[in-house]
Amino acid sequence: MSRSLKKGPFVDEKLMKKVLLMTEKNEKKVIKTWSRRSTIVPEFIGITFAVHNGMKFIPVYVTENMVGHKLGEFSATRTFRAHSGAKKEVTKQK
Amino acid sequence: MRIAGVDLPLNERIESGLTKIYGIGRSASKRILSETGVDPNKRVKSLTDEDGLKIRSLIDKEFTVEGDLRREVSLSIKRLRDIGSYRGTRHKLKLPARGQRTRTNARTRKGPKKSIGGLQKK
Repeated sequence: MSRSLKKGPFVDEKLMKKVLLMTEKNEKKVIKTWSRRSTIVPEFIGITFAVHNGMKFIPVYVTENMVGHKLGEFSATRTFRAHSGAKKEVTKQK
Repeated sequence: MRIAGVDLPLNERIESGLTKIYGIGRSASKRILSETGVDPNKRVKSLTDEDGLKIRSLIDKEFTVEGDLRREVSLSIKRLRDIGSYRGTRHKLKLPARGQRTRTNARTRKGPKKSIGGLQKK
């Protein structure tokens, strides 16, 4: 279910403060954050975040299209390479 | 009878006939008929031109159907892919995008079962 409109989008306050401070000072720095749960709001556009994925920080450059998504959506937490034998299977099917 | 570029089956009730249009299901069909005042029990072949006109104008005005709707859907999927979101990558991989399990099931997205190893020969 989606969040009530009355509450507005959720953004971690600490993160919001950092963003606002940075735009005020007009500097461009990567913001390291663990706050994957924060919604991307229009104020974030053009900023690069380093979003933690549980192991390391994944750089996420925020564009206009990303508004309304959460930061965590752009920092994958799982790695999937391939199943063993998956290659064999393809040749078999031909 | 053609509506929104689709031929409606002549012998069906109009309520069911309208659902042949991509983007119109049962509830949309019911709404259209009650708003235009057309009897849902009428067969498609017995619709008057006036009925057809009313239905067409309502669909034009309030619904996105067929090609336009398909484009809208594929564009929003493309957007998810392009911004590199989790849902987008799931679409790229042709796996379920809404957090369903994939250990079993998910056959709609993954296609027919691919057995690993296969039959043992003696």
